[in-house]
Amino acid sequence: MATDPSIETPEAIVVDGLVKRFRFRHVHSLKETVARWVRRATVETDEFTALKDVNLTIRQGETVALLGFNGSGKSTLLKCISGVLTPDEGQIGVRGRIAGLIEVGAGFHPDLTGRENVYLNGAILGMSEAEIEARFEQIVAFSEIEEFIDQEVKFYSSGMFLRLAFSVAVHTDPDVFLVDEILAVGDEPFQRKCLDRIRELRASGKTLVIVSHDLNMVADLCDRGILLEHGVVVMDDEPHAVVRRMRGEG
Amino acid sequence: MTEVSPRPLPEGMERPGVARGLLTLVSHRYLLTLLVRKELRVRYQASVLGLAWSYVKPGAQFAVFFFVMGQFLQLSRSIPPYAIFLFSGIVVVNLFSEILGNATRSVVGNAPLVRKIFLPRQLFPLSTVLVALVHFLPQLVILVIGALVSGWRPDPAALGAALLGAVLVIVFALALGLLFGAVNVAFRDTENTVDLILMVAVWFSPVLYNIGLVRDHFGADSWLTRLYEANPLTIAVELFHRAFWYPAAEPGVRDGALIDHVMWRGVIALVVCMGLLWVGDRVFTRLSRNFAQEL
Repeated sequence: MATDPSIETPEAIVVDGLVKRFRFRHVHSLKETVARWVRRATVETDEFTALKDVNLTIRQGETVALLGFNGSGKSTLLKCISGVLTPDEGQIGVRGRIAGLIEVGAGFHPDLTGRENVYLNGAILGMSEAEIEARFEQIVAFSEIEEFIDQEVKFYSSGMFLRLAFSVAVHTDPDVFLVDEILAVGDEPFQRKCLDRIRELRASGKTLVIVSHDLNMVADLCDRGILLEHGVVVMDDEPHAVVRRMRGEG
Repeated sequence: MTEVSPRPLPEGMERPGVARGLLTLVSHRYLLTLLVRKELRVRYQASVLGLAWSYVKPGAQFAVFFFVMGQFLQLSRSIPPYAIFLFSGIVVVNLFSEILGNATRSVVGNAPLVRKIFLPRQLFPLSTVLVALVHFLPQLVILVIGALVSGWRPDPAALGAALLGAVLVIVFALALGLLFGAVNVAFRDTENTVDLILMVAVWFSPVLYNIGLVRDHFGADSWLTRLYEANPLTIAVELFHRAFWYPAAEPGVRDGALIDHVMWRGVIALVVCMGLLWVGDRVFTRLSRNFAQEL
């Protein structure tokens, strides 16, 4: 292992023997279920194991890149850590408040104004009313859409929408940040700003788990890389080394 | 399904995404109020009448029933003041319908959130209760005004009956709403089934006619009458009749117009519905683990 944060640092995330299976049930109505049952056919399910016995320990203050090609289970792992998905086997432990930037803007409603969405989303991401009020100015300033904040979000351009959503998410101040492909938000200056914000969070000792297909960027940003292949951790090392292996260079 | 793992987590760590029961939502009060506000804002977006629609609908319903059932079919003769009798039943059934109908759709309707962010999922059905109450209160005000005009003078039993009836119908509707809302994630037929239930609910509870007709038709001791009388919605409607219609009605009309021992039945039904709510909450909590992947 290239990275070895001091053993005394407490764990931020522990993934212990995690198995996650997906069952695709092909019937979605009672009628079909009953029809199958009458014909004594069992409900057809395809099972697909997305994560097979994943074990990980991430310590506080680490910035970890979850790497892997499409379908390797990165996003599933992130969703399990965030609590959206429930493990089929094994367990996950998290210390402190966790915020997933898994899909920014999930809680946004097009018919509400920017301001209302900031409050609603802040609360969805676990902030209290006082916390949102305290950070409101900062959130709006970061998103650079001051003059549109009282307009309904449906009139926003997609860039404006994502900037506001991202801005709310990075101001939630959790202990553990899960970031999935969101650094591709907005134009280049805004992207740079987002990266700066992520670095700031890193410097302040937050734990970050980042999924991205921009390999160079994450390798530079993170101090540990974990490579998933078909739901199995195959490498856990310095991120540039992991990226080289992914590219077949090492 | 999560088995309790033999290895304990390091101290101070928590399992993410563990579904808990309804009672834990107290800590999410703020989010709940925002969800309710959102719901109301979105529902009346770009509508001129806005919240006034919550008066128009029961108003129209009342007018239709009053003239067709009360006047044309002459149901009003036996139970004056019929307008109060009718409207006190309508507000109960409307409260029931709105909670149950919206709670059933609440999880599927919030699919983008459920799929992506972990929140206590009971928030969605619970917020439908609060939205329904926002619509219920103005109707209740109209009912009180109408009753006062018709000579209603409240007694303590009437106020108790109103409170008991409202709590009963909320608990009953939320209990069913949690059950149906959870099942609806996997089986979308549920919402159609619920629509069917809601369509017949107003006819199979004593909203338009008094319960005496049911007894006369089926016989006081038949199991159909028993079944009809055991329906918590019937009891809630009768509690509202006891609260608003009974004190306004002539003594001669009152006798035998309501179900017997309405208060006691109300208390028993409430206890039963509390049990049902507990079951609904447990089922919802259990099924909620798979919501994200089933949606």
